[in-house]
Amino acid sequence: MSLKKPNYIRPLDLKNGRVDMSHGSGGRAMAQLIAELFAAELGNPYLAQGNDGALLPPPGGRLVMATDSHVVSPLFFPGGDIGALAVHGTINDVAMMGATPLYLAAGFILEEGFPLADLQRIVRSMAQASRDAGVLVVTGDTKVVEQGKGDGVFITTTGVGVVRDGVTLSGDLARPGDRILLSGHIGDHGMAILSQREGLQFDASIVSDSTALHTLTAALLDCGGQLRVLRDPTRGGLATTLNEIASQSGVGMVLQESAIPVRPAVDAACELLGLDPLYVANEGKLIAICAPADAPRLLAALRAHPLGTDAADIGEVIADAHGFVQMVTRMGGRRVVDWLTGEQLPRIC
Amino acid sequence: MKYITEFRDGELARSLAAAIAREVEPTHEYRLMEFCGGHTHAISRYGLSDLLPANVRLIHGPGCPVCVLPIGRVDHAIKLALQHEVTLCTYGDCLRVPASEGLSLLKARARGADVRMVYSTLDALKLAQANPNQQVVFFAIGFETTTPPSAVAIKQAQALGLKNFSVICNHVLTPAAMHAILAGDGGKLLHGFVGPAHVSTVIGSAPYEPFARDYGKPVVIAGFEPLDVMQAILMLIRQINAGRAEVENEFTRAVTAEGNRKAQALVADVFELRDAFEWRGLGVIPHSALKLREAYAEFDAERRFGLEYRSVPDHQACECGAILRGEKRPQQCRIFGTACTPDNPVGACMVSSEGACAAHYTYGRFREHSDSPLPQAG
Ligand code: SF4
Repeated sequence: MSLKKPNYIRPLDLKNGRVDMSHGSGGRAMAQLIAELFAAELGNPYLAQGNDGALLPPPGGRLVMATDSHVVSPLFFPGGDIGALAVHGTINDVAMMGATPLYLAAGFILEEGFPLADLQRIVRSMAQASRDAGVLVVTGDTKVVEQGKGDGVFITTTGVGVVRDGVTLSGDLARPGDRILLSGHIGDHGMAILSQREGLQFDASIVSDSTALHTLTAALLDCGGQLRVLRDPTRGGLATTLNEIASQSGVGMVLQESAIPVRPAVDAACELLGLDPLYVANEGKLIAICAPADAPRLLAALRAHPLGTDAADIGEVIADAHGFVQMVTRMGGRRVVDWLTGEQLPRIC
Repeated sequence: MKYITEFRDGELARSLAAAIAREVEPTHEYRLMEFCGGHTHAISRYGLSDLLPANVRLIHGPGCPVCVLPIGRVDHAIKLALQHEVTLCTYGDCLRVPASEGLSLLKARARGADVRMVYSTLDALKLAQANPNQQVVFFAIGFETTTPPSAVAIKQAQALGLKNFSVICNHVLTPAAMHAILAGDGGKLLHGFVGPAHVSTVIGSAPYEPFARDYGKPVVIAGFEPLDVMQAILMLIRQINAGRAEVENEFTRAVTAEGNRKAQALVADVFELRDAFEWRGLGVIPHSALKLREAYAEFDAERRFGLEYRSVPDHQACECGAILRGEKRPQQCRIFGTACTPDNPVGACMVSSEGACAAHYTYGRFREHSDSPLPQAG
C-alpha cells in the first residue's frame, strides 16, 4: 500500500460509491482508495512509511508466522464481521503457538460493485479489533475482481509474533494422563452465522464469540506449569480439533459430555438444524492440554480471565493405539467422537 | 429448550438403567429390535447400550429409508437423469446411495446429469413450475412419515395442470416389513419391538396389534429421545417377564391409537398398494409399498418414461441384507470400516446417519478394539 498521492479532485464517495475495476488497477483511483479508506482507518507509522513492505525493528526471539483466509458469508453477523474476524483469526493462530502477536498484514480481494460504505465499515471494524488487541496492521494489498467472480470481499491476514523463551507448544506433545481444558461455551460462532443465514429467530439471540485470545494464552503461560498443546477449535469444531491433536500425538482421549459447556440457545439451534455442537465452529475459544498436576492451576487462571470465566476440565488424554476420541455421554453411555464426515458447513470463517 | 434437556437428563437415564437392571431375569436373553433408524441413531449417539445389562441386546431394524432402497430403484433415477435428461430431485441422503456400475446420483451429477437436492417435495414442484419446458422428476422415498407430503405435491401438480412434473414412488410400509421379519428367522430371534415414533404419529398404534396377537411379540412405541428409548426398553422387559404381548405406547405425547386420519385419507386418495416391492435386504415383499392410483397416472414417472424394473444384487461382500433383518451386526461384515466407510460407502447401511453401519462406524467402533481402554463415567 503506497500512500503518497495527495490532492484528489473529488474525495471518495463513501456513502453511495462502489468498488470498480480501477480500484485495483494500480493507478490513481487505487491510491485514493488506499489513502482515504484503508490508511484513514488503519493508520499507523508503519503503514505511513508508504512502501511496498513494512520495515520493522528486530523482534528478539523465535518468530511465529501464521496466515488465514476469510470468506465468511454473510459478511456481517451477530457479534462481528469479516473485518474483525480476519484480525482475530490470525492473532489466535499466532497466540496458540505460545507467541505474543506483533504485526499483521492484510490482503483484500474486492468484488466489483461492492459498496464502499460496507468496505469502510469492515475496515473500520478491523482497525478497532487491531487497536483493541494492540497488534498493528503494518502492510497490505488490494485487488479487484469482476462482478460475479467474488462475493463482496475476501480477506487474507498474515501475522507474526515472538515466542517466549522456554515455551514449546505443539500438537504432538499430548501425553496419556494429561488433562484437556476448554475455555468456554462451544458452537457460538457457527450457530450465529447459520441462524443468520437460515433466518432463524431464537428466544435468546446467538452471538459469535469472535475475539482475540492472546491475553488469555499469556495468562496461561504466566502460570508456568506444563502446558503442552494450545489450539483454537475453529472450523470443524471441538471434535475435529481434538481428533487432529490425538492423531498428531498418537494418543486417545476420553471426554465427559456433561462437562462441555454449550449454551441452551446453541443446543436448541443445533437440534433444529440437525447439527452436533461438537462440530460447530468457534472463533474465541481455546483448548489447553496440560500435565495433570498443573490442571487445577491453569483452569483457575483461565477462569480468572474475562474470556475464560466458563472454562472447564472436559476430559483426559489416554494411551490408545487407535487414536479414538471417546466420550462418556450425558446418559452415561459411550460413543466415539469422530472426524467430521459428509458435508462440512461451508463459508463459516 | 427445556423440552430437549428434559428428555436427555442423565440422572433419569441412570435411574431407568437401574430399574432395567433390577427387572431383567439373569437367565433370560432379551433381544429387542428398534425398527426405526431414528432410534438407531439415538442409541448410538448416546451410547445407550452401555446402560443395559449384557443379556439385553438391541438389534437394529430396517427402518432407515435409504438403507432399504434396492439398487434397481436408484438405477431408475440415474437412468432418467442421464438418458432422459430430466431434472431429478431427491432428498440429500439419496444422493450417495451406491447403485449399479459404481454410480450414485452424486456421481451421475459429476457426469453432467441434472440432479438436485431438495428439502421437500414442494421444492421440486416449484422447480417444475419455474421451468415449464423441463421434465422434473421427484424421487420419493420413505416410510409413512414422508408419504403425505408426496401426496400433497401430486395433488397440487394436478390442480395446477403441470405437464412436466412426475414422481418415482418408493414409499414403503412399516407393518409389511415387520411381518416379513417375523415370518423369517426374526420370528425366533426377536422378543419384542421398540416401535416407530414419527411413523406411528401418522398410522397410529393399531396397525401393530397383529404382531402382539398373532406373533406374540410385544411392541412399545417410543419417541426418539434417549429417555424415550430407555423407558420403552423397560416396558418391553416388563411385558416379556410377565409373559404379556401387547402394543403399548410410550410416546403418548404424539401418538394415538388411530393416528392422523387426515393424512391417511390423503395418502389413500393418491396411492394404492403395489402387489409386491423389492426391499434391499428383505427381498420381495407382497403389499409392502405404494404406487400412484390410475387417477394420477400422468404424474407417475414409471409410466411416463416406461421404466422397467430390473433387480440388481448387492455388492457380494455386503452384509446389508443380514443386518437389516437383524441377523448380523455391522462389524461382522468383512469390509466394514475398511473398503466401506461413510466417506466411501459400498452398502446402503453406510450412507445415512440412521443406517446401522454408519451409526456403528461413527459412534461405536471403538468397542471392537478390546485393547482400546474403556472409560468410566466421571
Ligand atoms: S459395512 Fe458397508 S458393505 Fe458391509 S454391510 Fe455395512 S453397508 Fe454393507
